[in-house]
Amino acid sequence: MKIARLFVANRGEIALRILRSAQQLGIETVLGASDADLDSVPARVADHCVRIGAAAAARSYLDLEAVLAAARSVRADALHPGYGFLSENAALARACDAAGILFVGPTAATLQAVGDKLAAREHATAAGVPVVPGGAVHSLAECEGLMATLGYPVLIKAVGGGGGRGLRRVEAAAQLAAQWDLATAEAQTAFGDARVYVERYVSAGRHIEVQLLGDGGELVQLGTRDCSVQRRFQKLIEEAPAPALSAALTGRITDAALALGRALHYRGAGTVEFLVDAARDEFYFLEVNARIQVEHPVTEMITGVDLVAEQLAIAAGVPLRLRQAQISLRGHALECRVNAEDVEHDMRPSPGRVTRAVFPAGAGVRVDTHIEAGSVVPPYYDSLLAKIIVHAADRGAALDRMAECLAACELAGVAVNVPLHRRILADAEFRRGAVDTGYLTRLRAAA
Amino acid sequence: MLTHEDIEEILRLLDATPVDELELETEHFKLTLRRSPSERGGWTQEHQTRSEPRVLAAAAPAAQASAGSAAPAPVRSAVAGALEVRAPLLGTFYRSPKPGVAPFVAIGSRVGTNTVVAIIETMKLMNSVYAGVEGQVIELCVADGDAVERDQVLMRLAPLKS
Repeated sequence: MKIARLFVANRGEIALRILRSAQQLGIETVLGASDADLDSVPARVADHCVRIGAAAAARSYLDLEAVLAAARSVRADALHPGYGFLSENAALARACDAAGILFVGPTAATLQAVGDKLAAREHATAAGVPVVPGGAVHSLAECEGLMATLGYPVLIKAVGGGGGRGLRRVEAAAQLAAQWDLATAEAQTAFGDARVYVERYVSAGRHIEVQLLGDGGELVQLGTRDCSVQRRFQKLIEEAPAPALSAALTGRITDAALALGRALHYRGAGTVEFLVDAARDEFYFLEVNARIQVEHPVTEMITGVDLVAEQLAIAAGVPLRLRQAQISLRGHALECRVNAEDVEHDMRPSPGRVTRAVFPAGAGVRVDTHIEAGSVVPPYYDSLLAKIIVHAADRGAALDRMAECLAACELAGVAVNVPLHRRILADAEFRRGAVDTGYLTRLRAAA
Repeated sequence: MLTHEDIEEILRLLDATPVDELELETEHFKLTLRRSPSERGGWTQEHQTRSEPRVLAAAAPAAQASAGSAAPAPVRSAVAGALEVRAPLLGTFYRSPKPGVAPFVAIGSRVGTNTVVAIIETMKLMNSVYAGVEGQVIELCVADGDAVERDQVLMRLAPLKS
């Protein structure tokens, strides 16, 4: 079935990114926007825009009924959920199926299988993919029992969590009872599911992930990304391919991602995340992100594949257009996430009106942003303003180009984290490559 | 809408000319490209979208009146000598740590400098609001769930007699 009219159920830079690919393909676009976004750049760029509710996300972008009603009222034949919000919501995928609207994403069954993080662990184990030592725990006593074999520190994770949300680190036995109470209460309020599981905390691990594209039968991988530069489990800088990783280990990791994808009969774009202990030559499955990801552009830059266009083709029922042998990785790409966060005040969020927005441009430079002078950054949503992406022949050249891009970046009206990015790009340890997920915390502590 | 490849193409042409600035204007957008002053070369881009949103009437009833956008409560004359607790940042004001749980403070509560009196949610992060002063709560100026501006008075306290 051909997609003639696409409903975009998201906001910000990813809404604009989806609109761009759809419009290039000659697809008519309708953006569902909250009261806070009716005058945003994506609302102006979309062919049409429709109000889905109040500014608070719970009453608009997270309101399944409102989103579906808007998509139906404009007679959209497909719905792209972007990332975050309802993007991995199996009920939305099912409701779209029932309404005769193509859901641009995996099947409801896949979303359910990987959305339950414990079920995802079991699928990984069944597919022969190693998982971090740990498992399900139903009571504090059971948790204490498991600790005897795991050892501290550990992470208590919400079964319904993911994307860096819903996890708590426990350093020692004395903290366990208190953290257990907090973690289960938080899991219940944030995800409506009090179930938790426990995993050993690997402190010096690298976060490496594999991009997959599948049509339910055929499946290909588009290489690795390294997202180890993180703060509070939120990614800040991503690169592709993952640097300083042996070809043998890279091969084992991409094979593991493919094995899991095949076991799930994966359809659409998805990412398998791993924690890699490069020193021990070991890796563990973390989770599957069953959607387009924030950092997808670095993969697009080194493969030349438009991942959103492929998502739309797969949703329309076109058999996978790519074969593994056709996918080659060229050069190196980096992405810096520019967030409205105040570096001077412990990365405090900084909503407001942007008065000046100057971004870099040039060969191998791409900026994905919904921000221009006059744009309002509302306090209701996340703080991502722009993604600065560079592509060059090798990592060294990409690092130099990114440093120049950051120097050229000027935003006024809201505080942004660009100074932190400049610091990281100038840091010898980051430039060497292969930093672990504890790197950014150490760098900031050293200030 | 231009892609990054379009912009690269334009800059490849400009690089070979002495032009330092180019303004491209259509009915949909205005793009300004400037050669960056640094000797390492490079360019900057500034974008202005000119099209207006084409809003379709929603089929769903124009639902809930947005409580969040309600005008702030009229400022009441401050009680003589009262201390104020102001919002450290813009966001949504909550009196309790989570729904269905007792509020941090109520009228009559005694607070110290480091007492958490409310939280403000901004960009999905919960920020604690500290009293900042010692006192007894005598007035709550904002309702639970209301949007607050930075520096807006949240509550007033009577100083404690020492």
